[in-house]
Amino acid sequence: MSKDLVIKDLQISVQGNPIIKGLNLAVKQGEIHALMGPNGSGKSTLANGLMGHPLYDIDSGEVIFNGVDVLELEPNERAKLGLFLAFQYPTAIPGVSLANFLRLAVSAVRGQSGNGSGEDHLIPMREFRRELRDKMKQLGVDDSFARRYLNDGFSGGEKKRAEILQLAMLEPKIAILDETDSGLDIDAVRIVGESVNKLVGPELGVLIITHYPRLLDYIRPQFVHILLDGRIVESGGWELTQMLETEGYDPIREKHGIKEE
Amino acid sequence: MATSEKNTIEELGISKDYQYGFHDDIKPTFKSRKGLDESVINEMCDIKGEPDWMRQYRLNAYRIFKEKPMTKWGGDLSQLDFDDIYYYVKASDRSERSWDDVPEDIKKTFDRLGIPEAERKFLAGVGAQYDSEVVYHNIVEELDKIGVIFLDTDTAIKEYPDLVKKYFGTIIPSADNQFAALNSAAWSGGSFVYVPPGVKVEYPLQAYFRINTENMGQFERTLIIADEGSQVHYVEGCTAPTYSSESLHSAVVEIVCMKGSRVRYTTIQNWANNVYNLVTKRAVAYEDSQMEWVDGNLGSKLTMKYPSVYMMEPGARGDILSIAFASKGQHQDAGAKVYHCAPNTTSQITSKSISKDGGRSSYRGWVDVAKGAKGCKSHVVCDALILDKDSRSDTYPVIEIGESDTNIEHEARVSKIGEEQLFYLMSRGLSEEEASTMIVNGFIEPLVKELPMEYAVEMNRLIQLQMEGSVG
Repeated sequence: MSKDLVIKDLQISVQGNPIIKGLNLAVKQGEIHALMGPNGSGKSTLANGLMGHPLYDIDSGEVIFNGVDVLELEPNERAKLGLFLAFQYPTAIPGVSLANFLRLAVSAVRGQSGNGSGEDHLIPMREFRRELRDKMKQLGVDDSFARRYLNDGFSGGEKKRAEILQLAMLEPKIAILDETDSGLDIDAVRIVGESVNKLVGPELGVLIITHYPRLLDYIRPQFVHILLDGRIVESGGWELTQMLETEGYDPIREKHGIKEE
Repeated sequence: MATSEKNTIEELGISKDYQYGFHDDIKPTFKSRKGLDESVINEMCDIKGEPDWMRQYRLNAYRIFKEKPMTKWGGDLSQLDFDDIYYYVKASDRSERSWDDVPEDIKKTFDRLGIPEAERKFLAGVGAQYDSEVVYHNIVEELDKIGVIFLDTDTAIKEYPDLVKKYFGTIIPSADNQFAALNSAAWSGGSFVYVPPGVKVEYPLQAYFRINTENMGQFERTLIIADEGSQVHYVEGCTAPTYSSESLHSAVVEIVCMKGSRVRYTTIQNWANNVYNLVTKRAVAYEDSQMEWVDGNLGSKLTMKYPSVYMMEPGARGDILSIAFASKGQHQDAGAKVYHCAPNTTSQITSKSISKDGGRSSYRGWVDVAKGAKGCKSHVVCDALILDKDSRSDTYPVIEIGESDTNIEHEARVSKIGEEQLFYLMSRGLSEEEASTMIVNGFIEPLVKELPMEYAVEMNRLIQLQMEGSVG
């Protein structure tokens, strides 16, 4: 059975300010969606709200993932169901190597970390190392990555590649990429785009949240949505990105009577 | 904790709060009455068969102790009753060199602490202190061959009286402070190490310490002499049983780093929550020598410990790396002291503390540069991690500079576990507790990576135990 992420009339506020104002969207496993919008339209709020960030308040609506309402669940429980967020600004965890962190995370999402502690609950070291090596090779990530402290002193491009490596290891059903192209030069965008492309397939649904269409040159979405003022105002296909490329957001704002913020 | 382990602890009827807090029903062969006076000291000297100079040394230290007022700074010592403590307990009649000779019940305790494994892995000399006396002391043949002396201090006084007498109490005199005086009067056990010129000891020398008699004071006395160009790493790790009444641990550690030598002294302490841990540790470092203290403090009711290095000649270097973990009802008053007594000496202090569940950690540091000691460098970094709003962290740095041509840097940071860090790790499937534990383990990684492997594993496990049930 395919695993769907269904968002119904979702409203999210931050410190009392409504940001997402009634959003509807369905992403199926195997589909690639792009959610495009200008700064301040609510893109990152949606991403964080879907993953369960404590500072984002869900005011109403439903998020059903694989038949379960995830809004009551902790972020780690959402991850275990197969939801993944690639962060716009991944946080550094000094002193924790990427490999040690990933081994615990992979064990957790695969249900091997039931009681939390001890070697027994972790996937066997040899198995993990082999898998990590394979995935790093597939994504062209340098071996030294595994030993470095998580996001600590990483360049912008390295952080995004580390996010994609985590995506590859955790094998989610639905992945949300929050502005994965932001702050990257054109070569880095290409590398990240090609990496994601290696991971897409019938098992993975992707929601790419982005400001610019350039990442979409590498990961071609089947569905494109435009987010303005906390709502999806247009949905379509590839032609929407072409239109944005040439005309920008102004014609759409005008059409829907939304003032630039 | 594995289920089987849990069952064992429950079957023994021991509080789960403190995993290593079991104690075996061992009959000490001699136990002094509570409190300390000249007759207790004389009795102790008689039983030990100590030379007269040591008897006089103890009695003199006792007089100094009696004159010293109660220490007023640092932590709260008002509950500490010196008259309610046993000052001398002997668990076994003689020091053992072979595992086969160790009594069964003592072995059982060691077993549960995993010491036999540690011994198998690390075929260095194992000096394991049981009660006030070293009962098990195994020196591998290699140490003898290269002339390294590694004995319990009581035995060293008998076998190498001149060597011990030459240095004993010269680094930390009895009058140094109240607890140094007490230790000098009542000391028992501890290690004596001498490394001859040019000898590099390839593996760490290890000692395990353990308190096992209710109300028993533990006053080890350790003296390490690294002769010219030698190198040695000494490791001590402690676990202690839980008791309802107060316990006092007050050790003295003296180290001499001769020209060009290098000494590292590593301590991991995990005292039960009723122990006062009041330790004086000091090293003198001569020309081009290097002294490193690596100090991890968990548990105890109050720890007051400030490893220090006196850099006496040019080129000497002192490094102090310390981690303190203060949990509920605990005060870790830890820090470091460095004295630049000669030109071109260098020091580095790295202090990390974690406070949780109302625990309090303080950094107390002293950097001193003597007049005329040109070209000295000192770098101090204090990092505090506070896990909740009930917990507390303070720093009390003192810098005394008598020389303008010097380079001192002091950095202090206080941080809380960030919501963003927790969210990030939890979004990858980790529970809040796993995420917090991972952040704390990352925080202490600079210390853990300096430890021998089995200590690193134990340290991470201790942190995990400390963090259990800390969330929600």
